[in-house]
Amino acid sequence: MIIDGTTSLVEVEEGIRVIPGANTIVASVDKLVNWGRKSSIWPMTFGLACCAIEMMSTGASHYDLDRFGVVFRGSPRQSDAIIIAGTLTKKMASVVRMVYDQMPEPRYVIAMGSCACSGGIYNTYSTVQGVDSVLPVDVFIPGCPPRPEALLDGLIKLQELISKEHFKWSRWR
Amino acid sequence: MITPGSYVPTEYLPILLMMLFSIVFAGGVILLGSIVRLRRPYKEKLLIYESGNPPVGEPRERFSIKFYIIAMLFVVFDVEAVFLYPWALTFDTIGLYALVEMLLFIVILLVGYVYAWKKEAFKW
Amino acid sequence: MLAQEIADILQKQFSSEVLRTVQFRDQVTVLVKKKRIVEILSFLHDSPDLFFDYLIDLSGVDYLDRKEHRFEVAYNLLSVKHNHHIRINAVVPEDDCNIDSVTGIWAGADWHERECYDLFGIKFTGHHDLRRVLMPEDWEGHPLRKDYPLKSDLGEKEWKGYTDVVAAAERNRIYEVH
Repeated sequence: MIIDGTTSLVEVEEGIRVIPGANTIVASVDKLVNWGRKSSIWPMTFGLACCAIEMMSTGASHYDLDRFGVVFRGSPRQSDAIIIAGTLTKKMASVVRMVYDQMPEPRYVIAMGSCACSGGIYNTYSTVQGVDSVLPVDVFIPGCPPRPEALLDGLIKLQELISKEHFKWSRWR
Repeated sequence: MITPGSYVPTEYLPILLMMLFSIVFAGGVILLGSIVRLRRPYKEKLLIYESGNPPVGEPRERFSIKFYIIAMLFVVFDVEAVFLYPWALTFDTIGLYALVEMLLFIVILLVGYVYAWKKEAFKW
Repeated sequence: MLAQEIADILQKQFSSEVLRTVQFRDQVTVLVKKKRIVEILSFLHDSPDLFFDYLIDLSGVDYLDRKEHRFEVAYNLLSVKHNHHIRINAVVPEDDCNIDSVTGIWAGADWHERECYDLFGIKFTGHHDLRRVLMPEDWEGHPLRKDYPLKSDLGEKEWKGYTDVVAAAERNRIYEVH
């Protein structure tokens, strides 16, 4: 097999081309970086209430999260995403904001459950009506609590969001 | 005949190359990452992590001295154990002389051990 | 011993303090004045055939439409040894909103009384550390009173700690990477 100027690259997916016979993939750095990032989202667990139980069961063996590359980290300094699972009270709002501030970029926020999306059934003096008052949210997952399949669907939506990023990784953007 | 400087251990060259390569590769990747990476520090991001609460207390408190004492005693008695190994291997060629000498060695170290015990060095 | 018998014993012993006795199915509630509450509860705790050694719950009740005795403090008692229950309600007026603390009798009343102070505003004299336990320390108002606003948007009276966080989030929005 000779590779010269007349060998044409085969387009496998949008933007990803393959040199046939040479086991080489030609793509942009964006695609490589996005693929690496979306396949290993390491969330910081922020389980506050009942949605935390559903998050735990999604991470357990039946609806495994580890097959998506998701490993739960305990420290914001080592995590990519934060999953706010549960009701956010006004007393806890400063804690969530501080934990989010201490995450390095790129960072994503998943609001899991009705209470995190909009306050849920608790429109009371002590509850924040939706986590997006204090954090910029990327994916909202409604449900009370959302089933593990719904959390997985939200995670896949986050993966699609990441794969559409363009030149977000560099200092000279 | 081996003269000074005439023996070059060429069998160990791959190990040296491996060490150099791993240092260059790891360091290079980290350096490349730090050049290309985004950098957006702001005040709240650089705070000390204490589970979302404002940090209290000193970051570098003094350690208790007992850790150092235990480590020192470990080193001393570990070296004693190291001396016991070749003695045990050559014991049958030397005989009674070796036994007496080693017992004297152990007794000297035992005196030190009893001293440390009495001075409460093992108290945690 | 039946709960009604305990209520009768209490009526006989402290006839000047007991206001009335209410019975609903098996549950008996004795309404007392708040002045000698420690004495009444010590009698219930120490007396050998009553022996109420377990304070199940201590909570406040707000009757907004009663003018003279707005609050009641409910003490739910259980005797593990004899297996009988009773409930003692002590009436607390709104303008003299304090009552003696029972932490000397049951140590578990500690945080229950703090919660009652936090959410109703009833002060417990003799409590060693009466401060808010559920709401943040500098919260104004007592949320479980029936004239406290319910919904989340408190407007002008919003807690400063929360408005600070929202303002800081707005300020730090420029650091977001999009």
